[in-house]
Parts: sequence; C-alpha cells; structure tokens
Amino acid sequence: MDITSFIHSIENEIEELTPGSLKPDTEFSSLKEWSSMHVLILIALIDSEYNVTVNGSDLQQCKSVNDLFNLVKSRH
Amino acid sequence: MKASIHSTSYYLPPGTLSNSDLCELFPQLTEKDIYKRTGINNRHITSTGVVGSDLGFNAAIKLFEENNIDRSQIDYLIFCTEGLDYKGPATACILQHRLGLNQNCGAIDLPFGCTGFTYCLSVAKGLIESEQASSVLIITSDIPSTVIHPDDSELRMIFGDAGAATLVVAKEASDIGVGRYSFGTDGSGAENLMVERSGTRNPANAEWFQKNEAAGGMVYGQMKMNSVEIFTFALRVVPPMIADILEKNMLNKNDIDLFIFHQANAFLLSVLRRKLKIEEDKFFICMENVGNTVSASIPIALNEAIKKGKIKSGNKVLLASFGIGYSWSGTVVTF
Repeated sequence: MDITSFIHSIENEIEELTPGSLKPDTEFSSLKEWSSMHVLILIALIDSEYNVTVNGSDLQQCKSVNDLFNLVKSRH
Repeated sequence: MKASIHSTSYYLPPGTLSNSDLCELFPQLTEKDIYKRTGINNRHITSTGVVGSDLGFNAAIKLFEENNIDRSQIDYLIFCTEGLDYKGPATACILQHRLGLNQNCGAIDLPFGCTGFTYCLSVAKGLIESEQASSVLIITSDIPSTVIHPDDSELRMIFGDAGAATLVVAKEASDIGVGRYSFGTDGSGAENLMVERSGTRNPANAEWFQKNEAAGGMVYGQMKMNSVEIFTFALRVVPPMIADILEKNMLNKNDIDLFIFHQANAFLLSVLRRKLKIEEDKFFICMENVGNTVSASIPIALNEAIKKGKIKSGNKVLLASFGIGYSWSGTVVTF
C-alpha cells in the first residue's frame, strides 16, 4: 500500500473533500468539513480496503493523514 | 417439538420527531446529513407517563386482534425492556393481568437492550423445546427517548420508541422453527453505551436532578454512547457471529433467504452488509420511519418483511443483534 492510493481512497469515500485537497501532512482536525460521521466512514473504509480495524483511541493518536497511513500500514 | 414464530405486531406512539423537527432544534444539522448518517427520516416518541409496558400492551392487543389469537392459550409471557415499571413487582406480572392472560401463565421480565429480542426468542425456544410451555408471548418494548438528553442531537437522531409483540408456539414439524444460537458477551464495553444514573449504582440524586432541571430532571437516567467504539465493536463481532450462526445451523450464506439485523443505524448496517458480502435484496433495513427502536427493532422488521412478501413459507431468515453490554446473539429461523 502507498500513501497516494490511501489518500485517493479517502477522497473518494468522503464526498465533502475536494479531490487533491488532502496531503500527507493534513491534520484531520484542520478540515472544516470534518465531523464524527467522517470518523466512522474512515473506520469503515480502512476495514474494507485494508482489513484493518482501527478504534477510537487509535484515531485520537493519529493527527495527520500520514500518521493514520503509518498505523494502517503497520497492521496491514 | 420445535419453537416457531407464529406472528408479530407492533405499536408506535403517535408523537413524532422528524428530520425537519431536528433541524429546527439543531440549526447546524441538515435533513440530508441526518438521513445520510442514519438512514432515518422519522421517529415515534412516547408522551409523558406512557411507558414501555403501555406500548407493549398496545402491541400485544394488536397481535391478538390481527391474528385472531386465543389469549387463554398463552402459557408464558416474557417482557423485555430497559424501562421497567417498577423494581418490583415484575412488569410481566402487571402485564399478565392487564392483558387478561391465564393465571397458570409464567411471567418474567428480561431487561435487556439491543439484543433483547434474540435473547427472548432463545428463552422461548428453551421453554418450548424442553416442554415447559407451548405458547410464549414475547413483548419487547423500549422508550429510549426518555433517557436521551434534549441537547444530545446525535442520540435523538438515532432512537425511536416502540413496542412489539411476538407469539412463539410449539410445532411438531422438525423442518421449521428457531434454529441453533450463537451468543456473545463482552462486559468490558459496558461504559461505551450506558444509561447513567438509572439504577442502584450511582443513582440519580438531588444534585443530578438540579443539574438537569432544564431537561426535566433526566429522572430515568441518561444514555451515553461512544459511537466510534460501538461502531468498531459491531465491525469486530458481527462477521464472526454470522459465521458461527451459519456453522451451528449447518448452513451456507447462500442458504439464507433474508438477513435481519438489529436495526441500529442504516449506515452501520450497510457497512456490515458490504463487509459480509450479502446481496442488497437479501438484507432487510427497516428504520426510515421508526429509527432504532432497541429491543423492538427486529420484530418490527420481521413484521414489515412478511407484509412486503420478503419472507415466505419455508424461507430461512438469519436474525442477529448486537449492542449495549456489549452483547450479541443470533440464530436462523425457518418460516
């Protein structure tokens, strides 16, 4: 898995995100569209695409897209 | 002797809470967003003083009338709710009298939440197949709106009040009825979905009532949910539970005509459906007009699926529930 396809999957799944707007160092909390629903969409996406389960405390520790990518990659 | 589902009915209180009502109360929400997050357009809400056993009573009367049931034949009543009338006597005893059931009828409360219906059905199966009873009335009825803080938009979006009644009877045939069960419990998740200040541990006190004065005191307690943890819990336990149910019943996924899960949240259900690779037309979602009705959700869905012709004689329906506890359970019912 690589970060480009990871970002592409997230942008595909979350319709409020403009394609190309998400970068590896983007912090989720800085996205103005970000809501609790998006957290659930992200969990579902990671589960179905990478067969990795992330929980609430995992996500709290992942500030940026890159942090999350590294976490998923380490469990993939 | 096999336990078989004879009929189901349900009753919804007349008060409603629509997505447009929610948007008026919470201007940051949009109707489209609420629907996308939950798959719900409307919920029914009980009125002051009308409690779970009242909704359940109305559902049972409907069940008797719609299906010409001779109530004198009922020899066991199981009442399931998270909102019992009293700590004593059992609400099931009060309902036995109110419903005019025989005095030789057993009656117990089974206070449970999301997995309430599948648990009641397993108890009914045990009673019937061990020949302790032959006609078991299950009443599953919940009023979650009474334990949701008025400012909690997330929970108000999801939950609705309802009562359901299901008659389970003994049948001689061996090829129909309630199959083998899969159960699961993980109390380490108790705090992620809990009705706080609702019982003997940390009971509601004067300070609590004062703090919640503007919300009517929150006299029955307050539901708190960590939605991320509940979501990941469901993703973790439901797929192995489904595999276990199929294995215990010596069936393959393709043998199942319809899957009916606890109607928790349509978004979560569709994620689970995709994860389990179940075709859309074999997966019944029924919450658009009622919301998550806790222990009433599966019998409401069963009733609607039968009415819509989605369940026919001989069909195998996989029932599975999961939630507060954590608790999960399920089986296959052949109609």
